[in-house]
Amino acid sequence: MVMNITLGGISKPHSSKNMKTGDWGTEYPVVDEEKCTACKTCEHLCPDGCIVVVKKEDGEKVAVPDYDYCKGCGVCFTVCPADAIKMELKEMYRLEVC
Amino acid sequence: MRKVIRGFYAVAHAVKLSKPSVIAAYPITPQTEIVENLAKMYSNGELKDCQYVTAESEFGAASILVGASATGARTFTATCSQGLVLMSEVLLNAAGMRLPIVLVNTNRALSAPLSIWNDHQDSMLLRDGGLIQIHVETNQEAHDMVPLAFKVAENPKVMLPFMLNMDGFKLTHAYEPVDLLDEEHVDKFLPPYEPPVKMTTENPLTFGCYAPPHCYMEFRVALQNAMERAKGVLEKAYREWTEVIGRDWGGHVVADYADDAELMVVSMGSLTGMVRDVIRELREEGKKVGLLKIRTFRPFPDKEIRDALINANKILVFERAVSFGHEGPVGIEVKSALFGLSPEFYSYAVGLGGRDVPREEIVKMITDVYDGRVEQGFHFGGVKPFEEVIT
Repeated sequence: MVMNITLGGISKPHSSKNMKTGDWGTEYPVVDEEKCTACKTCEHLCPDGCIVVVKKEDGEKVAVPDYDYCKGCGVCFTVCPADAIKMELKEMYRLEVC
Repeated sequence: MRKVIRGFYAVAHAVKLSKPSVIAAYPITPQTEIVENLAKMYSNGELKDCQYVTAESEFGAASILVGASATGARTFTATCSQGLVLMSEVLLNAAGMRLPIVLVNTNRALSAPLSIWNDHQDSMLLRDGGLIQIHVETNQEAHDMVPLAFKVAENPKVMLPFMLNMDGFKLTHAYEPVDLLDEEHVDKFLPPYEPPVKMTTENPLTFGCYAPPHCYMEFRVALQNAMERAKGVLEKAYREWTEVIGRDWGGHVVADYADDAELMVVSMGSLTGMVRDVIRELREEGKKVGLLKIRTFRPFPDKEIRDALINANKILVFERAVSFGHEGPVGIEVKSALFGLSPEFYSYAVGLGGRDVPREEIVKMITDVYDGRVEQGFHFGGVKPFEEVIT
């Protein structure tokens, strides 16, 4: 099969969405929905727009990370005033060292 | 029209005739009067349909041209030395983005120690960057190669940045008689730039997008293929130049007395003129020496070089730069072109940081090699005895 590449690596708008970068990080943020106050501090400070506060079906608002693009920098974890976010090591990095 | 002018003006005049759409440059040292002349032409209204942008740095100047070139503009800048180093990150991107930016690099030394004088250390730093690189011997050749640079860089089979190297001071500041091109001839040789792709406000594009391991290599192979194609496109353009303009500068390389020379001397840039003169004199004395002038440095004309040097049993390369920890970069390349052959091989780094290279020194280096008075390998020419001390 022949792969098509564009001259100079040119791409059209929005095509970068196809490039899922969520597997880059070593850790990922996990939100404790009980503790989250939906204050949006994480949403404002995430450098990649990867955590947003959404309204759940029950009407409660909560921060939800976008694991497709989150690179695990931990800014949300650092800035959360309610201590509602913790960073967890991804499964593939949990090695048992003998 | 034949005029006695400085190298700066020879280049600026040819740039004007090439009708660039955007010129961006940083105006302070190590900048030259090339862009000063262009700025003057711009303010006089001589540069029609052109934007002249004074940038905050060489990095900025190159970045402005990347943006301009992506919109389909014909682009030009000039720099050298530390300015080229500062531009280098952007220029390597321009190569990968396949943007045909033309720049004139007025070869000068790199710091430290601080030097603004001539050698080839700056352009050699970008040897592996994917830029087409040629070196010229005279201001007339520099003048003539400017429209050719645009034509080759913008060829749809090529689409690569083009760096025209001319020796700083030795050429740029020198007054020489130059037969100035006119609009009619340049228009006949150089058509307007028709970009195969360009971004507009209606058609936004990203250039040089992210290429993960599964596709990065293919882009680099495409870059290598473009360089290989550039060899043929350049050669054709050199010939076409002669047909349209009437001046014949030769192809990728120019060889004199290669058929029967026992010693072939390899030179690149402004030094070549004096080397040629010395070789003519030595010929008159019956010494079988010849000259190979390298014009195209990237893509590297390995076959042409091998063909020109194949009959000689001694090769001497004059270098204007050093790959520290190894030897002179031109010698390294020439040796690779000669793989499998086994001539005696000598190289001399001369004139670093603007050190004068007197005629008698060239005569001595050539005759020392010819008469077998020096060891094979890499040498420095014209160095004073010194000792390195602490303060």
